[in-house]
Amino acid sequence: MATNTPDEQMTGPAVSVPSIPVEEIVSICQTYGNDRHRMLDILRDVQDRFRWISPKVMETVASQTCLSRIEVEGVASFYSFLSQTPKGRVTIRLCDDIIDRFAGLAAIAEAFEEELGIKVGETSPDESFSLEYTPCIGMCDQAPAAMVNDVVVTKLTPDLARQWAQSLKAGKSPEEIVSDRFADLSPHARATAQVDNNIRHAGAVLLGPVPDDAGLKTALGLTPVQIMDMIEASGLRGCGGAGFTTGRKWKFAAAEKAEKHFVLCNADEGEPGTFKDRVLLTERPHLLVEGMTIAARAVGAREGIIYLRGEYVYLRDLIEEVLADRRARGLLGEAILGVEGFDFDLRVQMGAGAYICGEEGALISSCEGLPGEPKTRPPFPVNRGYLGYPTVVNNVETFCHAARILDRGAQWFFDMGEEGSHGTKLFSVSGDCLNPGLYEFPYGLTINELLEMVGGEDAAAVQVGGPSGTMIARDSFHRRLTFDDLATGGAIIVFSGERNVLEIVEYYMSFFVHESCGYCTPCRVGNVFLQKAIGKFRKGLANPEDIDYLKDLSGTIIETSRCGLGMTSPNPILTTLKNFPLVYSAMVKPSKDGIRATFDIQSAIDGARHLAKRRSYIYDEDFSK
Amino acid sequence: MAELRKARIATASLAGCFGCHMAILDIDERLMELMKLVEVDRSPLTDIKRFTKRCDIGIIEGGCCNEENVHVLRDFRRNCDVLISIGQCAIMGGLPAMRNAIMHSDAPLRECLEEAYITGRYIRNTTHDIPNDPALPLLLDEVYPCSDVVEIDYQIPGCAPTGDVIYETLAGLLAGKFHGFDRMHIKFD
Ligand SMILES: Cc1cc2nc3c(=O)[nH]c(=O)nc-3n(C[C@H](O)[C@H](O)[C@H](O)COP(=O)(O)O)c2cc1C
Ligand code: SF4
Ligand code: SF4
Ligand code: FES
Repeated sequence: MATNTPDEQMTGPAVSVPSIPVEEIVSICQTYGNDRHRMLDILRDVQDRFRWISPKVMETVASQTCLSRIEVEGVASFYSFLSQTPKGRVTIRLCDDIIDRFAGLAAIAEAFEEELGIKVGETSPDESFSLEYTPCIGMCDQAPAAMVNDVVVTKLTPDLARQWAQSLKAGKSPEEIVSDRFADLSPHARATAQVDNNIRHAGAVLLGPVPDDAGLKTALGLTPVQIMDMIEASGLRGCGGAGFTTGRKWKFAAAEKAEKHFVLCNADEGEPGTFKDRVLLTERPHLLVEGMTIAARAVGAREGIIYLRGEYVYLRDLIEEVLADRRARGLLGEAILGVEGFDFDLRVQMGAGAYICGEEGALISSCEGLPGEPKTRPPFPVNRGYLGYPTVVNNVETFCHAARILDRGAQWFFDMGEEGSHGTKLFSVSGDCLNPGLYEFPYGLTINELLEMVGGEDAAAVQVGGPSGTMIARDSFHRRLTFDDLATGGAIIVFSGERNVLEIVEYYMSFFVHESCGYCTPCRVGNVFLQKAIGKFRKGLANPEDIDYLKDLSGTIIETSRCGLGMTSPNPILTTLKNFPLVYSAMVKPSKDGIRATFDIQSAIDGARHLAKRRSYIYDEDFSK
Repeated sequence: MAELRKARIATASLAGCFGCHMAILDIDERLMELMKLVEVDRSPLTDIKRFTKRCDIGIIEGGCCNEENVHVLRDFRRNCDVLISIGQCAIMGGLPAMRNAIMHSDAPLRECLEEAYITGRYIRNTTHDIPNDPALPLLLDEVYPCSDVVEIDYQIPGCAPTGDVIYETLAGLLAGKFHGFDRMHIKFD
């Protein structure tokens, strides 16, 4: 595609492509020490400043970082927030998730289209606006939601959409629309002016009162091994989805002899329906950094990274402020709290709109300035991760729990929840319920209990763990939220009886098609086939054998994919086939005498009838008349 | 049970290149063995145009690109106990299905025909017409694999399949003990 894009060199002065001075690009590269590992930061800065990454820019960046242009293009074309054609001065990204669709997205898109005079997917000719769809931006409890440049707008209505469009057209910046005194607000106030926390139930660990740095202070009195023993004894398991025992993960990394170790926080939170980390980052950022600092002490890391999804850029200043504050107070940097030799600092790595970057290997690739592709395992990140060094990658919630465990003790945490699933868990609840928002409960709650709390008693289906999780029907609402029964990274999406299960499944498959990194053919191509097959079911064009086809192809994709995306992408289909079999069987059309009822000869020849301007001598009965 | 009779086989080439029919002849001298067991009814090999009797086995080369293909295929399904797709064209659409790749067009069929007969770079078509004789069957919007149009009982992969795999499949089916293909016969790389 790149060869077709206009470049400032190729286009004459008549076209208003903003010219990008080479010095500026050189200076952006220099800001990052011309370091190829900071490619994503470099390209993000270019995108922010010039609204696209032109072929010329790629050449300049390539020569500054001693890479080939194609390597730079590989990164530029991977992330959906980076663009190889000029974007508008304001880019509006409408969350296109199924929740938003059910919440009235179509009318909102229409309102924006009308006001801005462009369709979704277009940029206005004067380059003032771009309008796009994007997958879940983590505002599911206040859908429909959108990003307007770096600002988030929630609870959209068509009227609100029009107001925003008009204010933007009148020249107001998105920040000014949020508040006239935006610049005077604290980063925290800015964040909460855009997004509600919707904390509905605070549990004992994370959302209740939390003393400052009590866990870190305990950790200072312990040896690294004691810290890791404590975390392991608490029973803490990763909260990002996979549920690996955190203490053991840290021990693996610590046991690895290396020059350096790294601690990375996974704040990519891309699983549709998940927004718990958003709230922790807003309300408990110190606890997160405290947890990372404790992990650093345990495994002997001096550097860390918080990988923040591009959609959460509105939280960047808040996190940077927290980091600055902690550096000023001796909680980050050299000799933390006066302990000689305990050095740890970290940076924020912004993502750029790629779900796959939540997968830990892809996250590391992304931090290294590469396209966000997963890595082949083994070696695992704890053995060879970021830049080849042993690396701990944990979810935001996991680090927060770890800090609390150091403060209150392993037993305290272990005693909550159930065998194999200890402590509390954050559940981000959205969809058809009265009180969407964040709930902290010990593991072991049943879906029924949760539904009662959230005002979702009318639910006919609940998607536990997002698209890569499990869709269950009423007959399974007695099941429990634990690692061994219904595991979830946090997403609980409630669907009422009015929702079409196949529509949901088709959307989720389109999500995986969009987000597959493309490395493995079964994932890249197979998910497209699955999506098409579901489309056939929805149109009533599926044969009974298509059910076997769904199962077979799903099995192939799961077995032959390199990373967790492909290993879970058929789940929307497999779990609904299991739990909503009638939805499928009601839609299939059996053959009659071996002739497929699903093949419609009339519609298949209709185009040719018009082209040839004649009728069919086989299938038009009145042909001879 | 009636007395032992020869099995009846029918074959047809739909949107294929006749390569699969050539491959049937690659059975070579084993054809003699086979002919002891079967008689060939409707088929280009016998030039019999209509089913004279119900057949035991129908063999289809090529997918469906026009209405006549659909008509013939349905006729085969009605008149054959066991229906076999032979070759990639019948199984997946094959080469003719390349036109299915014209997706981002409002009129893919027109675009395809125009490129094939008028605008294509190497076209010498002095009349600048797209053939439209009333005897020509109407094209389908896409090329369909046979299994999209009727139920297919067996598929013999390959482009074209080898004479060996065709022979073994038929011999196995006729003896009532077909248990899948020898791996080496369907390994193409
Ligand atoms: C496609 C995919 C997306 C993922 N997205 C996230 C994510 O957004 N946040 C997260 O913490 N973990 C995510 N994970 C899981 C991570 O790979 C990794 O297991 C996790 O960050 C480890 O942290 P934990 O042990 O604290 O859960 C994802 C995994 C896959 C396969
Ligand atoms: S399974 Fe999919 S997302 Fe994962 S590496 Fe393969 S292609 Fe990429
Ligand atoms: S499968 Fe190959 S040999 Fe058979 S009809 Fe198609 S192109 Fe010809
Ligand atoms: S933000 Fe729209 S569904 Fe998550």
